[in-house]
Amino acid sequence: MSGTATNGRRVVVTGIGVVSPLAVGAELTWKRLIEGQSGIGRITHFDPSELPAQVAGQVPDGPTAEGGLTLSDWVPVKDQKKMDRFIHLGLAAAIQAVEDSGWKPEDEDDRCATGVMIGSGIGGLQTIYDGSLTVSSGKARRLSPFFIPSALINLISGHLSIRYGFKGPNHAVVTACATGVHAIGDASRLIQYGDADVMIAGGAEAAICSLGIAGFCSARALSTASNDDPTKASRPWDKDRDGFIMGEGAGVVVLEELEHAKRRGAKIYGEIGGYGMSGDAHHITAPAEGHEGAFRAMKAALRNSGGLTTADIDYVNAHGTSTMADDLELDAVERFFGEDAKRLVMSSTKSAIGHLLGAAGAVEAIFCLQAIRDGVVPPTLNLDNPARESVIDRVAHVAQQRKIDVALSNSFGFGGTNASIILKRFKD
Amino acid sequence: MSDIADKVKKIVVEHLGVDESKVTPDASFIDDLGADSLDTVELVMAFEEAFSVEIPEDAAEKIATVKDAIDYIEKQKAA
Repeated sequence: MSGTATNGRRVVVTGIGVVSPLAVGAELTWKRLIEGQSGIGRITHFDPSELPAQVAGQVPDGPTAEGGLTLSDWVPVKDQKKMDRFIHLGLAAAIQAVEDSGWKPEDEDDRCATGVMIGSGIGGLQTIYDGSLTVSSGKARRLSPFFIPSALINLISGHLSIRYGFKGPNHAVVTACATGVHAIGDASRLIQYGDADVMIAGGAEAAICSLGIAGFCSARALSTASNDDPTKASRPWDKDRDGFIMGEGAGVVVLEELEHAKRRGAKIYGEIGGYGMSGDAHHITAPAEGHEGAFRAMKAALRNSGGLTTADIDYVNAHGTSTMADDLELDAVERFFGEDAKRLVMSSTKSAIGHLLGAAGAVEAIFCLQAIRDGVVPPTLNLDNPARESVIDRVAHVAQQRKIDVALSNSFGFGGTNASIILKRFKD
Repeated sequence: MSDIADKVKKIVVEHLGVDESKVTPDASFIDDLGADSLDTVELVMAFEEAFSVEIPEDAAEKIATVKDAIDYIEKQKAA
């Protein structure tokens, strides 16, 4: 297969970085994920007792070596207060990914050929909340000069470019819960078009604050039934699911044009095998019947795959948020795969880490790459009683050893935005 | 050193994350202590808050060194 690219330029992943409720670090997150651990617990970032939803997936504090967040290992102390937490988490994942890739531009041409596209669904919500309090208490003149740059979504991309001298395209995606997939897919296309040879791409989110939880509670989107048993709260496809669990974190990959990666002998995690998008044109928060938007996004990803078919896809990392929409996605996947659904495995890793909103798609694309590399499919926790049966194996409770050559990851966002990305084993 | 000078120094150390020994009277916030223009805006706000003084923009623009800040605040406090 000659790959997927416009102009014949193929895009591979040469670095990964993850900050998740399971761990700070892509490998430790993966290890805990396939062990079946849960990163969901009672909210401690603020007192949630006034709200109906009281559990979330928070990034653990602690020593970096043990997978905890020690912020000063990623962001200098004097700069920390100039950035909202979503930027902290985004930078921690991005720095991991860049260091993992070993890519260090040596001259101006290299710097100009390296870009950044890291987005967020919501951005600096806590910062906006705090700033509003300052203004409403009559202290508008005391509002920090760092208020705006702390809250702006594209500032992860900005800070990362400043840190490393990446002078190529500097961009940020904002498509709610589809942000992470859109960022990786769109950044791949920038490489295919020659706008860059290397793109650092992904998403970050830190919306576990009173305003964020209260907002999603009002939209009736969050689980409220498992406040006393947090690790059971996120249960995609299960009949007792009752809403999603908010998670925070970040996922970032280093995307690189294949020949560029080969010239410098980079380690290759996998290849971007296809990318598709669609819009629902239906409702601001609910997908259409049969999730036909998801169907069209998957179809579009295959169209751009350079000849893959549904028979080639071994694993789907579902959007699967633990809401009523899970079964609509299942409908769409079954319909899309047809007979090939029988040999498909599909899981929702949101069962372990919650829904990382704008970071979700990037973290889940990384899980797909790790599944391809290690031949392990991560489980869907808490899938005790599927709300409806399916021919698709949804990997309940326990990870499965299985050879995965091609994986597809779905992400869907409020507003009716859908994205699917295909990751495949690299073959020269 | 006066109380005001001590307090100014402490605020500068805290906000710019610099070593105390570098915060000499003649040290320029931007040239010597690594501040950028937004840092200096925030610094002036911190002085206003800590000393309960108003520092208008045209006066703030003239505060470039540690000594400038101390002198301005001492003058306001004496007035």
